[in-house]
Amino acid sequence: MVENRPWLTLLAHVVLTFGVALVAFPVWIALVASTHEPSTFLSGVVPLWFGDNAYDSYATMLSAGISTSGAPPVSGMLFNSMVMAILIAVGKIAISLTSAFAIVYFRFPFRQAAFWMIFITLMLPVEVRILPTFEVVAGLGLLNSYAGLTIPLIASATATFLFRQVFLTIPDELTEAARIDGAGPLKFFKDILIPLSRTNIAALFVILFIYGWNQYLWPLLITTDDGSYTIVAGIKRMAEVAEADPQWNFIMATAVMAMLPPVLVVLLMQRLFVKGLVETEK
Amino acid sequence: MKRTLFRNQLLPWLLLAPQLLITAVFFLWPAGQAVWSSFLRQDAFGFTTTFVGWANYTALWADPLYLASFRVTLVFSVAVTVLAMGTALILAVAVDRLIRAGSTYTTLIVWPYAVAPAVAGILWWFMFNPTIGILAYVMKTLGYDWNHRLNAGDAMTLVVIAAAWKQVSYNFLFFVAGLQSIPASLREAAAIDGAGPVKRFFTITPPLLAPTTFFLLVVNIVYAMFDTFPVIDATTSGGPAQATNILVYKVYKDGFIGLNLGSSAAQSVVLMAIVIALTIVQFRYVERRVNY
Amino acid sequence: MAGISIDRVSKVYAGGVSAVREVSVDIPDGAFAVLVGPSGCGKSTLLRMIAGLEAITSGDVTIGARRVNDLDPADRDIAMVFQNYALYPHMSVRENLSYGLRNRKTPKDEIARRVQAAADILQIGPFLDRKPRALSGGQRQRVAMGRAIVREPAAFLFDEPLSNLDAKLRVQMRAEIKQLQRRLGTTSIYVTHDQQEAMTMADKLIVLNGGVIEQEGEALDIYRRPATTFVAAFIGSPPMNLIDARVAGGRLLVGSAVVADGVGMADGAVTLGIRPEDLEPGGGGLDLTVDFVEEMGAERLVHGLHEGQKVIVTLPPDYPLGERLRVTAPGDRLHLFDPATGRRLDA
Repeated sequence: MVENRPWLTLLAHVVLTFGVALVAFPVWIALVASTHEPSTFLSGVVPLWFGDNAYDSYATMLSAGISTSGAPPVSGMLFNSMVMAILIAVGKIAISLTSAFAIVYFRFPFRQAAFWMIFITLMLPVEVRILPTFEVVAGLGLLNSYAGLTIPLIASATATFLFRQVFLTIPDELTEAARIDGAGPLKFFKDILIPLSRTNIAALFVILFIYGWNQYLWPLLITTDDGSYTIVAGIKRMAEVAEADPQWNFIMATAVMAMLPPVLVVLLMQRLFVKGLVETEK
Repeated sequence: MKRTLFRNQLLPWLLLAPQLLITAVFFLWPAGQAVWSSFLRQDAFGFTTTFVGWANYTALWADPLYLASFRVTLVFSVAVTVLAMGTALILAVAVDRLIRAGSTYTTLIVWPYAVAPAVAGILWWFMFNPTIGILAYVMKTLGYDWNHRLNAGDAMTLVVIAAAWKQVSYNFLFFVAGLQSIPASLREAAAIDGAGPVKRFFTITPPLLAPTTFFLLVVNIVYAMFDTFPVIDATTSGGPAQATNILVYKVYKDGFIGLNLGSSAAQSVVLMAIVIALTIVQFRYVERRVNY
Repeated sequence: MAGISIDRVSKVYAGGVSAVREVSVDIPDGAFAVLVGPSGCGKSTLLRMIAGLEAITSGDVTIGARRVNDLDPADRDIAMVFQNYALYPHMSVRENLSYGLRNRKTPKDEIARRVQAAADILQIGPFLDRKPRALSGGQRQRVAMGRAIVREPAAFLFDEPLSNLDAKLRVQMRAEIKQLQRRLGTTSIYVTHDQQEAMTMADKLIVLNGGVIEQEGEALDIYRRPATTFVAAFIGSPPMNLIDARVAGGRLLVGSAVVADGVGMADGAVTLGIRPEDLEPGGGGLDLTVDFVEEMGAERLVHGLHEGQKVIVTLPPDYPLGERLRVTAPGDRLHLFDPATGRRLDA
């Protein structure tokens, strides 16, 4: 629409600039704090501009951690987080793809029951069944393992529904053509369905990677030895000690490193991210 | 429904097996356990377990701490929802006005979605730190002595801001999508009818944005009630004096730290009922949206 | 190469709806058979049963010497061209063509040879490495044909393959398909709802209605001697005029007008069929009030009323036209049908 209301456009810019600043401010403070010496935080207020201790803060955290705060080197925690996020994302996508394939392309007894069983997982977030789930994982001897960290989280009704939706839009004729071309169910799945769903898979991967990376409560419970900490859960253990022994530059350096991978994913893959976000909520 | 199906009978079960197995072992079984143990009571040393029927539930309704936690959850959820949605709506309306610069602003606003709630908590906790926090400092110069470690209102404000800050990006994206789906022809028609931009906004936008708003309302309530656990745990740990002890956090504290298993299980079951209700509301609504 | 035989084939769906009822037909080796009928007549269902995409409720389908009822589509040695082409969108044209051969473990050099041969025949060589979405409708249609050709199957099955094309391209493609089939000599079954397409392409035309065969035979025979009023009205454009008439004392009457004399038939009501192009001006016969005229360029269609009954007449474009028009038809161009059953009376 052709319209000329400069003051409204200006107002929009002002509002948005303010919004962007509001959104960025905490991270700015964290970045700045991570570049100062520990002594800066003994008194007074946090500075608003960078110091010159950045290398030390980050290098120390990456390689050594702070043993007094019970913080293992961040590099190990980053690695654990990366493994956890990728395992959760890949695991959820894999089991949801096969489930959706079974539900859409086959008719078998109790199909409806299977569908509802998957649906129910939506209604049982981990927070409401913490204790018994923890006991199951402990009973299976999966504490402090990647399996214990990820497998209980990879059942996913949302992803299954998303793929079901995607499969339902794939024309029947393609399936028929593939059958005439001699493709059995698994070949059809591998050669036709998965390649046709690849943008949905990519979009979902972005969302699930963030979901996996940002897991907090579950890693906190499942990881008890510091070699298996993930960074998001680990940072809290550091912060607990910080009140007494302010090492804010180290904590903020860790926070920045904890944010960086998922934020980069969003910024670099914004299109897929938006697609994934919108689709999973349908 | 598909016209073309594969005839195998065993294969679909093999394909479903991983999902169903995980669901059974890590979802249904623990949930069943939670329901079962909500009817049991263990003695202080864990030696004996007795079946107590609804006693754990009746005890909950008689427990002022639990009722207080309900109130805290209500205040917290409403505050987070209003703050996160309100801010997002204002930003979305502003972006919708801009044609070219809009996408740049969008990029700059959406990224906090990727920040873990726990990290968001830590960031705001640092800024509000009574000794060195920048915001605490600003408030001190304004004459307010901020201390979320002692003041219940301050603590609540802190967790609400931290939780809402992270959620703005999500709401923003959906509001922008909602606004952009309003056909330009409608606004043009109103413009031809002589309505100015402000009047046009208020007569056309709200009804057409209502579905998005309702959807976000449910999502935000679920977020505030369940996904903010890390925000609370990383900052106030429910304190001071239970002031920020939301229901989800209380389940965890009573179960894992207080080891009051029966009560924690009963609380879990109450929460499950709430999630189920919210899920039903959400899906009813989604169904309707599909029919539009 | 193989003939196809369909023997008392029926399809009843789970809900009890029967789509095809006891259909029997033989398609000789190398013939181009066309199944034609209005939507819902069961033609696609019949084709899909032959392909193996739909279960056969009863009866037998034989391709060559094999009863194929219980074989998977892939094992029936047929290839199919779909209405929406059903090209695999993520594969290049070359991959689309070779997918079926690769699944059958055909040697690589043989695949390459066949793909090249099909590409040459269909002139799609330049597009072999493109994705289907980069092709026009006509090109996609050719790729779909190519996918069938490379398989060198015993039979081609076509499910309304031209209905997504615009009118001009459709006419061009139907000639190409027909030529191609002649050249390859592969038995083909072609489903369409377009009677013109059916007429022009068929060696053997099969008219279906309500799940049963109304008539089968050579296209021209069917045009000249429709077996039922349904076929009479369905085949031919503009459709055959169907007029309420009666026989009385050897005379054929439409209202008060005498259309023919010496009809060797018992007295009673009949349905009289006359093709618009068989009606000629002059003489006795029907006395029409001209209602309106459609100019087709090569001819004009006159819509008239004879004592309240609609009649269409094809006339030369320059024929002078007044408000009234008398038309008649040679006796051997009159078709008489039983008004109760719709069957031809002089069979």
